[in-house]
Amino acid sequence: MTQVAERNVLRESAGEARARSPDGAVGRPTPLIDGIEKVTGRAQYTADLPFAEVLVGRILRSPCAHGLIRHVDTAAARAIPGVRAVITGEDFAAPYGVIPIAQNEWPLARGKVRYRGEPVAAVAAVDEASAEAALAAIRLDIEPLPAYFSAAEARAPDALPLHDNKAGNIEREVDQAFGDLDAGFAAADLVREQTFHYAEVTHGQIELNAAVAVYEPERDRLTSHSVTQVPYYLHLTLARCLGMDSSRIRVVKPFVGGGFGHRVEPLNFEMVTAALARAAGGTVKTELSREDGFLTHRGRPETDIRLKLGLKKTGEITAVDCEIVQRGGAYGGYGLVTILYAGALLHALYKVPAVKYRGYRVYTNTPPCGAMRGHGAVDARHAFESLLDIMAGELGIDAFALRRANLLTPPYRTINDLQVNSCGLPSCLDWVEQASGWNTRHGRLPRGRGLGLACSHYVSGSAKPVHWSGEPHAVINLKLDFDGAITVLTGASDIGQGSSTLLAQVVAEVLSLSLERIRVVAGDSALTPKDNGSYSSRVSFMVGNAALHAAQEMKRVLVRAAAKRLEASVDDIQWDGEQCRVAGTDRVLGFVDVVEQALAETGTLTVKGSWSAPPETQGGKFRGAAVGSTAGFSYAAQVVEVAVDEDTGAVAVERVWVAHDCGFAINPLAVEGQVQGAVWMGMGQALSEETAYHEGLSLRANMLDYRIPTAVESPPIEVKIVESHDPLGPFGAKEASEGALHGFAPALANAIYDAIGIRLTELPASPDRVLEAIQARRRKERLRASMAAPARADRGGG
Amino acid sequence: MARNLLELTVNGRLRTDAVADNTLLLDYLRDRAGLTGTKQGCDGGECGACTVLIDGEPRLSCITLAASCAGRQVETIEALAVAGRMSRLQQAFHDKLGTQCGFCTPGMIMAAEALLRRNPHPGEGEIREALSGNLCRCTGYVKIVESVLAAAGA
Repeated sequence: MTQVAERNVLRESAGEARARSPDGAVGRPTPLIDGIEKVTGRAQYTADLPFAEVLVGRILRSPCAHGLIRHVDTAAARAIPGVRAVITGEDFAAPYGVIPIAQNEWPLARGKVRYRGEPVAAVAAVDEASAEAALAAIRLDIEPLPAYFSAAEARAPDALPLHDNKAGNIEREVDQAFGDLDAGFAAADLVREQTFHYAEVTHGQIELNAAVAVYEPERDRLTSHSVTQVPYYLHLTLARCLGMDSSRIRVVKPFVGGGFGHRVEPLNFEMVTAALARAAGGTVKTELSREDGFLTHRGRPETDIRLKLGLKKTGEITAVDCEIVQRGGAYGGYGLVTILYAGALLHALYKVPAVKYRGYRVYTNTPPCGAMRGHGAVDARHAFESLLDIMAGELGIDAFALRRANLLTPPYRTINDLQVNSCGLPSCLDWVEQASGWNTRHGRLPRGRGLGLACSHYVSGSAKPVHWSGEPHAVINLKLDFDGAITVLTGASDIGQGSSTLLAQVVAEVLSLSLERIRVVAGDSALTPKDNGSYSSRVSFMVGNAALHAAQEMKRVLVRAAAKRLEASVDDIQWDGEQCRVAGTDRVLGFVDVVEQALAETGTLTVKGSWSAPPETQGGKFRGAAVGSTAGFSYAAQVVEVAVDEDTGAVAVERVWVAHDCGFAINPLAVEGQVQGAVWMGMGQALSEETAYHEGLSLRANMLDYRIPTAVESPPIEVKIVESHDPLGPFGAKEASEGALHGFAPALANAIYDAIGIRLTELPASPDRVLEAIQARRRKERLRASMAAPARADRGGG
Repeated sequence: MARNLLELTVNGRLRTDAVADNTLLLDYLRDRAGLTGTKQGCDGGECGACTVLIDGEPRLSCITLAASCAGRQVETIEALAVAGRMSRLQQAFHDKLGTQCGFCTPGMIMAAEALLRRNPHPGEGEIREALSGNLCRCTGYVKIVESVLAAAGA
């Protein structure tokens, strides 16, 4: 059966055979429904929104990496003409943090500063010049404390704690054991241990951070327009930090220019802008610089990994022992989730009988880390897939054969209690093996060129929400009124990934209608239902399912109305979208007439659909078990081809073949785009991206020194969509935006080994690191030669 | 800061504005002319999001003084669609998903527009070269290159 034919019989969880939407809404490559705004420049992002009488917000940052705030003198700043508000940490009601049990950050530092660049005070003024003058007039009196810029320094026995309740600067220690580790290693034919080091990387979304807060003093109401991925978290945090009732707050998400995790947490400038607006009694707009973005950060932490694996001669993994240390930065943020993800997804890709994992999330005097695309699992994947490759070489097993020896078969419960209901990894492996010409090219390319393979997986939404309220995990409202248009109301944030388009497709498909009848209103707390937001690749799966249920409910209402008007039974109504008919007759009714009938009974139609991850997908009972749990795992395999210049250490990625199991591609165009973007972001981390600090001072806080690959350095990325039809996903769909990222770095490392025989255990594979490794090998070879030479002379003499 | 009368053509319309000597073209376009399609993505000359055409050449409006454009023709993303018809590049970026979040898109399209005016049928390498000053964080550039190729072939 062809793929297209397969698609036509699938679908909707009910599986009913029915008419397709006229434009074949799901399964067809579909341009973004908000794409025209983007290509014409009409899309309005936060900084583009027009407001009158706007005050300029500006933030003063700490010049000190760690210190006690003795005094913040704002008197001179307040006296400057045109200054309407000056605020400090004392102007907030409570600290915040995205994880309810780790709220230790103030929007403006209070009592202590913990990293260079931490916001300390803020001003709102009538123009930029007055705002800048006010910042310059604020006097900070900070008593410096010893500061720690690496996890090792912060963990030293005599180090001062950054936070009083966290001795040893350990934010979270994880100690997990599953299965019989000793027996696992005893059963192994080969045991190897390796250490790895990963530089810190950051999101680098192209839109600069900005927020506009409108405060109405007469009503004590606040409207916040911001760049957020999760308007709901921002809403909760504004209420908490400003001490306002949440009913007085409205959060609006305009067009958002990328997120990649930077904007999942509520960010300090969002609360600061709101507090300035309240203090000034008006509207404040804060536009941040690129440098500010690097200081706000929340990216992937600097990480050290020690990994030990046991393998049988046949390739089966018998045991995994891993320790991971992450330099988390100054505040909690998502930290405890990141260190848990690293362990949960490290081994759950394969069938593994015994695991020990220890993780340490460490507080340091650097900008806070957080969630970044591939959350927690990217560096761990590099370590795991690299060590598999090393051991495959020693065992003389092909890289593909080794992975195939460890595949799980769904339905499957991993040893850490994660539920796998569908897995297309075998097909992914088959395709990249064939497409890359692996069997004739790996190990056989000219020196300096190589191929490498790696696999990866990721969650389609965290099965347990961060804020556990007992509510459904996703809700969609649909509105249908006299105009015959269907409005999808969703809190899900389209940040460029195409979520609004996907939701429109789902609704169009279920109702067999054209996309032209459907519009999406997203991300306005006054209009749209609460949504847990765009993170952990949850929207397609979770909100897609809610949209599916809402559209099915809308269809039921319309079919009932049609049956009434046609004087037929509901079961006899054949629904074809723009027209329905009494089956087997020529009695038909147009969509507009159906709507008229339905409205006559109830007025404006509003229906709701919701969805929650089933309990069995929400993980086990051990501490931290929720992290990594999901209703649907995506899978990916990729082969990377590199060319390495042994004179300069420069690594060029020539081509990438990636196969991604997204369950079912609701929008194949967007799936391809997401997979390409994910692979490419993995490439940035693997090749060139790294932050750097000198005593806590960010050294690369711009897009020239922080090296995001340009079009010239970026390869063709060939994508194969594999469809494993997940039983719980909407139309069988799973995530497509993150899972392919994790595999790039290890595939690159494995390709470099194939090209020049050097194993990089540190990222990024920047020219200096590669050249250093090449030179180290040359030194070793020379040393060996010089030690061998006299021995040969001796033998010659004897 | 001294202000002087600046006369220039923006998207085919002659404008005269009193502009401070230190006003950047980017700020002039966004704040005075109301053309917010041109974006700021960095602290000056790093990302290409603010690319506009000055006398047909791609220029970074975030490191160009508005005053330096006196008597010149400035074109922004808003100029490309004529009478409700998107340009070939705009249509191709829309159809082929050359845009995801859309923030780099106006600058990317203007850089591509300059390329196609000077070289109507560029090869993939020429396209990548011409767009190498424009960073995109969403697409990996694959579909951007495909979009420009499609527009050039149309």
